[in-house]
Amino acid sequence: MAKTAIEFTVNGESHKLEVFPMARLLDVLREQLHLTGTKEGCGEGECGACTVKLDGRIVNSCLVPVAQVNGASITTIEGVAQGDELHAVQQAFIDHGGAQCGICTPGMILAAVDLLERNPEPTEADIRNGLAGNLCRCTGYMKIFESVVRACQK
Amino acid sequence: MRAYVPGYQLQTPASLADALTLIGNEPGVWKPFAGGTDLMVLLEGGRLAHRNYVNLWPLAELRGIDVTDSHVTLGALTTYTEVQTHEVLRSEFPMLCQAASETGGLAIQNRGTLGGNIVNASPAADSPPALLAYDAEIELVSNRGARWLPYHGFHLGYKQMDMRPDELLTRIRLPRTTAGMTHYYRKVGTRKAQAISKVCLAATGRVENGLMTDVRVALGSVAPIVLRCKQTEDAIRGQALNGDTVHQARETLLREITPIDDVRSTASYRLRVAANLLVDFLVTARS
Repeated sequence: MAKTAIEFTVNGESHKLEVFPMARLLDVLREQLHLTGTKEGCGEGECGACTVKLDGRIVNSCLVPVAQVNGASITTIEGVAQGDELHAVQQAFIDHGGAQCGICTPGMILAAVDLLERNPEPTEADIRNGLAGNLCRCTGYMKIFESVVRACQK
Repeated sequence: MRAYVPGYQLQTPASLADALTLIGNEPGVWKPFAGGTDLMVLLEGGRLAHRNYVNLWPLAELRGIDVTDSHVTLGALTTYTEVQTHEVLRSEFPMLCQAASETGGLAIQNRGTLGGNIVNASPAADSPPALLAYDAEIELVSNRGARWLPYHGFHLGYKQMDMRPDELLTRIRLPRTTAGMTHYYRKVGTRKAQAISKVCLAATGRVENGLMTDVRVALGSVAPIVLRCKQTEDAIRGQALNGDTVHQARETLLREITPIDDVRSTASYRLRVAANLLVDFLVTARS
């Protein structure tokens, strides 16, 4: 079947692409735009490794067909830092051991950034809920949790 | 094995009218595609058999929550996130908000839609038991016209619905008659977040002069469809909430539901938990 033309913005940069409409946003980001910071874990919406922000809300990019992002604005992990200055959540993950193997980390950070944007002073329950859709197979949850708590204190 | 993506079509219509024309001209060829949180899972697993989809996501006509004196009406594309943050839904239809908050994680809740949850027709879906217990009605629209029907009765059998191939589910309507009711919703899964239910019960009721009225009991994951348990309701309605009533209700429920063994649980566990949830509902309603 035919490819279709779409336009969308990724990390502030606009792109025009020819895509198969049912291609996963995850694959388009990684393979066509070479933004390989977004990881694939389960590929079925369970693990959150492929989390990106789509028009201001986090989504699993493995579950979004690219035809649905026409005209949209996307932020990936590559767009979280301001130039050389890391986001407070990124810095906290480094300072407090929030990353182990690193596969879940981009998704965890995007979920945490999203949480703090919506709710700058989250309770512990809010943090757990905000990260509930992100799995860490290294099981480094306590360090991840601590990193987010520390990021809130900045 | 993953699907061959170029083999799929996802057509984006400019309006609801265009979508209806597309599916009306070739009934059965085009199926609706909303937030994708179920269909994309099948795609990735190479199990998405149907090839041609109409992309409903951009259609503004299918969004929004409208409140009148008598009803709350939700566009079919209302997401779980939108359900949870709506003030009237939170105060008058808390079971629907709870169901939305227990469906997947935030990233799923931002994409998954109420209409998709209904039409995907999984017997394990989280919001349909709440919709059944709230006596929801649904609107189906085609180029031939629109019809409202009670949600109860829409699911005819496993993945079978009272819906023609040229129809789209456009709106869901809830009557605002819940004041003073007990609302009891409980989903039992393997873990708190991101789990598909083993058993899910949504029930409402009101105690008037010591007797139960407005009893509605709906369960997920205990039958080929999400089930409104009318016989169990009959065993409770008009009764005092004493040990006899609880016993009768429990026995009736065990006869009314037909759970199976599958990857998520066993029939015997589901029977036991469903009965326990019903008892917990009745105890909650009494206190």
